[in-house]
Amino acid sequence: MVLELKKARPVWQIMFSTHHTDVGLMYLIFSILAMFIGGAMAIALRVELFAPGAQLIEDSMSFNRLFTTHGTTMIFLFLLPSASAVGNYLVPIMVRYKDMAYPKLNAIAFWMIPPAAVLVWLGMADFGWYANPPYSVISSPAPAAEMWIFGLKVLGVSSILGSINFVVTILKCKHPDLSIGKVPLLAWSFLSSSIIVLAAMPTFAAALLMLLTDRLGATGFFNPAVGGDPIAYQHLFWFTFHPEVYVLVIPAIGMMYEIIPRFSRRPIFSQGSGIFAFVMLSLVAFASWAHHMYATGMTFTEKTVFMIGTLAAVPASAMHVFNFLATMWNGRIKFATPMMWAVGGIALFFAAGAGGVVNSAMPLDFITHDSYWVVGHFHLFVFGTIAFGTIGFIYYLFPYVTGRMYNEKWGVVHFILVFVGACITFFTQHILGLYGMPRRIYDYPEIDSWIQMNALISVGAMIMLVGMGIFLANLIYSSAKGKPANLHDPFGLGGKYYYPYEQRNPHH
Amino acid sequence: MGHSNWPEWIYVAVVVALLCYVGAEAWNIENLVEHVPEDAEVIKVTGQQWFWSFEHEDGTKEIGELHLKKDHAYKFEITSKDVNHNFNIHEYVVLLDAVPGQINTVWFSPNEAGEFDIQCREYCGLIHYNMRALLIVEDV
Ligand code: HEM
Ligand SMILES: [Cu+2]
Ligand SMILES: [Cu+2]
Repeated sequence: MVLELKKARPVWQIMFSTHHTDVGLMYLIFSILAMFIGGAMAIALRVELFAPGAQLIEDSMSFNRLFTTHGTTMIFLFLLPSASAVGNYLVPIMVRYKDMAYPKLNAIAFWMIPPAAVLVWLGMADFGWYANPPYSVISSPAPAAEMWIFGLKVLGVSSILGSINFVVTILKCKHPDLSIGKVPLLAWSFLSSSIIVLAAMPTFAAALLMLLTDRLGATGFFNPAVGGDPIAYQHLFWFTFHPEVYVLVIPAIGMMYEIIPRFSRRPIFSQGSGIFAFVMLSLVAFASWAHHMYATGMTFTEKTVFMIGTLAAVPASAMHVFNFLATMWNGRIKFATPMMWAVGGIALFFAAGAGGVVNSAMPLDFITHDSYWVVGHFHLFVFGTIAFGTIGFIYYLFPYVTGRMYNEKWGVVHFILVFVGACITFFTQHILGLYGMPRRIYDYPEIDSWIQMNALISVGAMIMLVGMGIFLANLIYSSAKGKPANLHDPFGLGGKYYYPYEQRNPHH
Repeated sequence: MGHSNWPEWIYVAVVVALLCYVGAEAWNIENLVEHVPEDAEVIKVTGQQWFWSFEHEDGTKEIGELHLKKDHAYKFEITSKDVNHNFNIHEYVVLLDAVPGQINTVWFSPNEAGEFDIQCREYCGLIHYNMRALLIVEDV
């Protein structure tokens, strides 16, 4: 099997390798590490918020630094690299090429991430993951802010390099016998998300530079004290980062497109509809950015335009859900661990989308904006959907990468704990938002409903923590001592037919 | 693109219809709530790290407390002296950013006497968590 670490090799051989599976492995290990670091920060935040008054964190500045670094870590150091890991492993195989198009560039793109992570982690900036000016220009302490800006600059470049590689690999290196319509949906998801990155990321790169020169006092783009416009930054930021949320979710959907048909033992319901929905999402991704800015004082017309642009993205997402359900319908489903994560992820994806529609309806956003509702909304996406798809896929890849099987029973326990914990935490956050609790607050007044819901949310987080501990133990133990996997059919689905990417690779 | 099956078409049509309904309804309501009554009294609201100050039409100023009359219409003119804040009276769905160099307006008319929380809903630094004020609606 192509993905297997066939024989033990010294670590440095993997580290200096440019082969796509080695780079994929490094992405994978780094992203799992980042997930646990970001998770530890989340737990600290939840312990602090368990009750009013100081619990664990001494002062609000440390709290602010923690939620900023938590968000930055999860998005840029866990979700993006974990998607790159999957893409590195499978995209070349799926388009039947020997490696990524530019192997050295691929390794460089990976190796830019750890130094950037060090900048973010050592700096611990405090302005939230979107660094809004004028706060980020005139008020945020140095050098943390500068370290964050440089870190994100590097991560942005890495992301652009990685995306160029995926686009070229898929479009130019695909086997001539393989038509683009036949390229598996997982590879299509990387094509779509990479194109979004290439179109969206340069805007943020510019905004970061402007932020930096503003902080240095050389310019005043976003500083109203010298005639700048802080709202301009928000436009630049969200023009990149609304599309970026699709960059995160599309590969996770692609992973589900790999898992759902395998474990339903049926071909995907409609390849065409999947491709169509990916292309649609990539286009409409650019029509909705200012739905994050209704409260900045936009005119009625502006709000209407961006509401319509936002709602336009929903049918495409709904088509994916339909495709999954129609594939499972009448399938001989095997609920092994990867399948559970994928199905759980789809359920939460649906719930999250419904909440998103509420946010986009203008008058309702004035209830939910910057409250815990929004925190619940995007965690249902980034964790409930994207991380669920990713974790499921890590289980799915496990036998191919290690040659061993993870422990199925503990995999199921992990899923149940995290699913239950996620429902408790993120749905309660929605309700807490309706009760008016603002996000990003270190402490809160003693309002009974707020106290009860915060305690419940923290309990949900603890349940997830236990689940993730089991995950880590399972990964470490099984990769050393797990049962050797039957690589022809590790999940006992009955037949090679279900693993289309095992088609003979002409270059291997 | 391989769209030859009717269940998916029907499903997409239902989703689109629901979205149109939500969009139209949102448009309607937003249109209504944005229509400021002519007799609305102007209250100038200023956010700064980390408190709220208010100025009534007659020039009286208040800090940290805002006294208003029941069943009167008020129009808030919101701005900030330093960084972005967000002026929020959650019970009355009053919510708008306070942005330096910019005046944002929103109106409301309290229909219940009592005390209500005013809070900051946009991250603004060290004491953001406690940037609160009190709205006191008096029955007259
Ligand atoms: C597809 C995956 C999605 C992801 C990963 C995602 C992620 C996010 C994130 C991270 C935020 C909060 C940003 C912040 O303030 O820190 C957010 C807010 C928002 N999302 Fe989503 N979202 C997704 C889908 C949707 C959909 C389908 C809709 C609408 C139909 C939607 C509508 C909104 C709106 C209107 C806000 C702004 C809420 C506010 O701040 O008042 N999102 N989303
Ligand atoms: Cu968005
Ligand atoms: Cu604030």
